[in-house]
Amino acid sequence: MNLRSVADLTPGESGIINGFMDDTLSLKLLEMGCLPGQPIKFNFAAPLGDPICVSVAGYNLSLRLDEAITISIQ
Amino acid sequence: MSKSDIPKIALVGNPNSGKSSLFNHLTGLNQKIGNFPGVTVDKKTGYCKLDDHTKAEIVDLPGTYSIYPNSTDEKIVYDILGNKADPLHPDIVVVIVDASNFKRNLLLFTQIHDLNIPCILVLNMMDIVEKTGLAIDAHKLSAELGVPVIPMKARKGQGIDVLKKALLENLEQDFRPIFNAHDLAPEAIDAVKETFSVNDDYVAYQMLQQYRINSSLTENEKNLIADIAEKHQFNRDDLRRKETLERYAAINHFIDGAVKETFAQLPKRWTQKLDRVFTHKIWGYLIFLSILFLIFQSIFAWATVPMDFIDLTFSELSIFLKSQLPEGALTGLLTEGIIPGIGGIVIFIPQIAILFAFISILEETGYMSRVVFLMDKIMRKFGLNGKSVVPLISGVACAIPAIMATRTIENWKERLITIFVTPLMSCSARLPVYTILIALIIPEKTIGGVFNLQGLALMGMYLLGFVAAIVSALIMKLILKTRERSFLVMELPTYKMPRWKNVGLTMYEKSKTFVFEAGKIILAISIVLWVLASYGPGDKLERAEEIVAQTYSQENLTQEQLENKVESFKLENSYAGIFGKAIEPAIKPLGYDWKIGIALITSFAAREVFVGTMATIYSIGNVEDESTIKSRMRNEINPETGKKRYDFATGLSLLVFYAFAMQCMSTMAIVYRETKGWKWPMLQLGYMTALAYICALVIYQTLS
Ligand SMILES: Nc1nc2c(ncn2[C@@H]2O[C@H](COP(=O)(O)OP(=O)(O)OP(=O)(O)O)[C@@H](O)[C@H]2O)c(=O)[nH]1
Ligand SMILES: [Mg+2]
Repeated sequence: MNLRSVADLTPGESGIINGFMDDTLSLKLLEMGCLPGQPIKFNFAAPLGDPICVSVAGYNLSLRLDEAITISIQ
Repeated sequence: MSKSDIPKIALVGNPNSGKSSLFNHLTGLNQKIGNFPGVTVDKKTGYCKLDDHTKAEIVDLPGTYSIYPNSTDEKIVYDILGNKADPLHPDIVVVIVDASNFKRNLLLFTQIHDLNIPCILVLNMMDIVEKTGLAIDAHKLSAELGVPVIPMKARKGQGIDVLKKALLENLEQDFRPIFNAHDLAPEAIDAVKETFSVNDDYVAYQMLQQYRINSSLTENEKNLIADIAEKHQFNRDDLRRKETLERYAAINHFIDGAVKETFAQLPKRWTQKLDRVFTHKIWGYLIFLSILFLIFQSIFAWATVPMDFIDLTFSELSIFLKSQLPEGALTGLLTEGIIPGIGGIVIFIPQIAILFAFISILEETGYMSRVVFLMDKIMRKFGLNGKSVVPLISGVACAIPAIMATRTIENWKERLITIFVTPLMSCSARLPVYTILIALIIPEKTIGGVFNLQGLALMGMYLLGFVAAIVSALIMKLILKTRERSFLVMELPTYKMPRWKNVGLTMYEKSKTFVFEAGKIILAISIVLWVLASYGPGDKLERAEEIVAQTYSQENLTQEQLENKVESFKLENSYAGIFGKAIEPAIKPLGYDWKIGIALITSFAAREVFVGTMATIYSIGNVEDESTIKSRMRNEINPETGKKRYDFATGLSLLVFYAFAMQCMSTMAIVYRETKGWKWPMLQLGYMTALAYICALVIYQTLS
């Protein structure tokens, strides 16, 4: 099965958070409310393509692409 | 727990949840408020009368998402809460949550609750909650959590009285932890509890998690905990992950009964629409540039009328006093030194107020976070972080709060680079210098019907500062090495209307501080300078007329020419003149004479003194002169060339010197504090002075 990450989403598309590929970052993301099983929506990217803005847990979060790639989705 | 006479109450919560708004209501103080995470970066205390007999000490703190800090500002919260011996360790914590984003905000509450510090939960932003169609049952929630729960609209000041009443009531809460730490690491926790005689599981667990950054523990104690952690295989990160998940599970359980969504969120629609424009591929940057452009244009275009008025008022005041007061040394000091010096500062109130109004609006609307978002990728190329934009922009106002604002940058290297280059951004103290010099060398013209040429020149100076800052950052990026990772996991707040009252207050407060802070220094320096410029060693000054008459006895000078010669002879041989002459050889290649040399010396402590110094130097001797500082400078002649002293080459060289030189003691003091040593402020001083000197040299030599 191919693993998809938040970075693979297209603007407007949603996914369900599956898990994290980066241990250190996952601590922070969990505390910010990015929990496995939660929906996450790719809102839009910055004009230069990076960072991106996602909606999660009812608010908007900005992430860099190399951070978004560590959040795997179903 | 120590019960002091005055209870200490700490305001804790997620960034941007309204802590400072509440603090201001409780204490009547004016903590800075803004709509982006990380406005408050330091602790601040104030007092509040809870009722006629009880006073409480209120502590406003930086925002944090959890008790585990990632950055310097967040660590302040941990330091105060995690250490019972800390002088600010609270008797009661008021946890303020943004109720429109309830779930994530509650995480921190559950952690503080488990530290067994009495808490009150404030549900802030209820106005938004009502609009979104959430229904939160505060009573039920209070019963579930076992703490008082108070709905609030801090922006409007609603709910404050209820909070005060709740703070007065006995907060003996029957304590049962929300997260059971003991189950996860029983042996380690028991060992810590026994060794350090700690009662609460979660306190012991926190010591195991974060002993490394706990400043209240001695090296010895840290080693003890390290041994315990190793012996019982206390896996910090794993446990912390489990903790967060368990807490969220508990939160879900609490919410189930107490929160109902009646209809889907609507108000975020506005934010979505605005974001589509403000972060648009082309429009995004275009709008950002236009905003900056507007700021500089308005500083020059809108401010001129009140500025001319102030200028005139002060010079008339001088003339009036001179005609009324008896002639003498004191009158001279007042009319030639102090009044023009103060006038030289007051005149910039309109510009400073406009500048601060714009910055305040950027901060209040939530646009600042979008600038971070837009600029992150560009900033990273220069060794900075998107978050460096906040200090860089507020550095346009003043470097001191700007350098404090770097605390939100997690990565030390990025933070250090930001601190290092921020003083290169042109601060408001440079504005007076720029304004005067630009007026002297750039014609007052409008091009294309709209663009004020002097406004463009001013914008050019700010741009120059910015370019110097990011190029310096790039150089530092190549020199400094680090393995620490850099993040940009940042909340983008929803847009809000700025509160105009707050904008007005900021304008007022900042102008006031500027005038008083700068005024104090200018007053002191004006007096010292006036004395130094009026007296000199030996009896040369007394014999000035005699000496001059002798020197020019061959030439046929008119009475007026002779008087002028006497005056300049006096200034030249005064103490100030001697100092200026002493450094003249070093600054001559830059196109400056000894009079400008005096200004450079006095500007060393604070650059805004420039105008006052100019006023003092050029007023001494010009007995009958009633013109303003600007025209005095314009009429100044370079005796060697017979042309204007402030020609284009000298003016530009001086502008660039003031743009780059580190002429601010307070900035150095704050860099010392933030970097904990003299190494960085000294490097900064050396680097900026060298940069200023070399650039001014190159400019003058090529242009003249
Ligand atoms: N709609 C609404 N906005 C509020 C309320 N309380 C505060 N705000 C706004 O929320 C934003 C953040 O307020 P602050 O008081 O600066 O928040 P803070 O918690 O001190 O933020 P940091 O210092 O960054 O941690 C500002 O734009 C306030 O005007 C409220 O009850 N309702
Ligand atoms: Mg605050």
